[in-house]
Amino acid sequence: MPPLWIPLLLLAALVVWGILIYNGLVGSRNEVKNGWSQIDVQLKRRHDLIPNLVEAVRGYMTHEAGLLKEVTEARARATQAASGGMVGASAVGAAEGLLGGLLSKVFVAAEAYPDLKASTNFLALQEELSSTENRIAFARQAYNDAVGSYNTRRESFPNNLIAGGFGKVDFLTIEKAVERELPKVEV
Amino acid sequence: MWEQIRSNRIRSAFVVTGMALLLGAVGASLGAMFGGVGGMAIGVGVALVLWLILWTTTVANGDDVFLRMSKAQQIESKDHPVLWNVVEEMSIAAALPKMPRVYVVEDPAPNAFATGRNPDKAAVAVTTGLLGMLDRDELQGVVAHEIGHIKNRDVALIVTAGVMVGAVALLGDVGRRALFYGGMSRSRSSNRNGGGGAIIAVVSILVLILAPIFAQLMYFALSRRREFLADASGARFSRYPEGLARALEKISGQRVPQRDQSRVTAPMYIVSPVHPGAMAARGQGSSMFSTHPSVEQRVRVLRSMAGGAGVADYLRAYSQVTGRQLLHSVPEDAGLAARAAAVGAAGFVDAPRARARAASDALLTSGGWQILDCGNCGARVKLPPPLAGVVRRCPRCEAPLGG
Repeated sequence: MPPLWIPLLLLAALVVWGILIYNGLVGSRNEVKNGWSQIDVQLKRRHDLIPNLVEAVRGYMTHEAGLLKEVTEARARATQAASGGMVGASAVGAAEGLLGGLLSKVFVAAEAYPDLKASTNFLALQEELSSTENRIAFARQAYNDAVGSYNTRRESFPNNLIAGGFGKVDFLTIEKAVERELPKVEV
Repeated sequence: MWEQIRSNRIRSAFVVTGMALLLGAVGASLGAMFGGVGGMAIGVGVALVLWLILWTTTVANGDDVFLRMSKAQQIESKDHPVLWNVVEEMSIAAALPKMPRVYVVEDPAPNAFATGRNPDKAAVAVTTGLLGMLDRDELQGVVAHEIGHIKNRDVALIVTAGVMVGAVALLGDVGRRALFYGGMSRSRSSNRNGGGGAIIAVVSILVLILAPIFAQLMYFALSRRREFLADASGARFSRYPEGLARALEKISGQRVPQRDQSRVTAPMYIVSPVHPGAMAARGQGSSMFSTHPSVEQRVRVLRSMAGGAGVADYLRAYSQVTGRQLLHSVPEDAGLAARAAAVGAAGFVDAPRARARAASDALLTSGGWQILDCGNCGARVKLPPPLAGVVRRCPRCEAPLGG
């Protein structure tokens, strides 16, 4: 008689195969989520550094009180937008974009204050802030990388047969909208 | 795109398997020399046990062997903020589970290496010579290359393969010595086994002489391939191939001999620490016996990426420059192509970086620097105040600079 275990074995192999694909999709989706939280971490880092920057330059940049006030306000708005749970919404993108533009303005304006430029405190802050800007950019980039491989994995055959519960994720392209409304920094 | 690099890992696994076969063959030959046909199995066993012992001691001593060998000092954020930040930025870009530990090696020769069996235990080390020589973009390129090694899990591969080469060399050496000092056992075994024994003896001798060479060639080829792939990953992480290209040029222009010149640790470094003089003789800086491709070729590939920064762009540039293919299994990755196009069109990835670069150039200009774009090769030349207006030709392509 034909042994019963052959179809059983095939069935078991099919189940294991399905589990592997499913877990791969879950892992891929988690990478997307991690990528997202990494952006938040870096935005938070930016918000935390700004009061230090304003404090450090206030004494030197006597003619830029208005600019510094703008920075403080933009930071407040960005923090508010982030805590409002509207992450990724255009509100956050716009607030962060404005903040980024104002920060570059501060560093350009700092050129007119030789004492400030010579202060080690300011130089250290400058490095920290520009690194934070880089980190935000790289975190976005990594997020999009994760989204790309997640979407590919989700859509490719045979994964798509069991990827019903895995929704498509959009790339983060807020920067384009923000870029347009940014004040141009001209020197 | 990581799927492509992973699929190349399967290829690498074949190389390692090939080396294991060579190791087995050497063991068998050695066994045959001492004990005839019956000794072959024992020889194979001895070879595998030797490899296992070497491998476990290497792994047990952990990932810190290289760090200790090169006397690297672990640093904190406050010790070197720029280096620390660059490493953290690149681990964010690579989405590593954890930022690697950061080390500095007191050595005037510019170089860098990564170590760690898996991304959780990784470390990046750079020499003081490197830190003194590179600007931030260049340092970022170097660190991105090292993070590429970590992300591609090259260290485990290189260590496994390296230990195998070591075992083959050791056994081959034992065999050659035995041949030299005591042909006795060989002649005894051939007497016992007749003509078949003589054939086995000849084959054994050939294997003992050739296997170590083959193992090394395979090892070097593996190492060079992983080097190119780390460049590709580095370009992708930093989205700025030019940074790595400039760094490689600067590093290879140096003739400071490096302290650690062992061939075992060589594949770990960004440029080969062995024979810096020969290395610096670019053009023919690489051969079958090099752990690294020539710097000149690496730079050319990086500069041929035509504004792209993806692995696909790198692969295209690679085949354009070398006429060969780096990855044979490049699938029609529609997702990746679309993503690269979408990223470029939206400009969201490069915009902040370009803005940062524009701002830093603006800062330099107001500090008396002169910034000129070469119309011929596209290089951006930044001249400090003493040289502003003095340098009139592009340092890279010698074309006259406009402006």
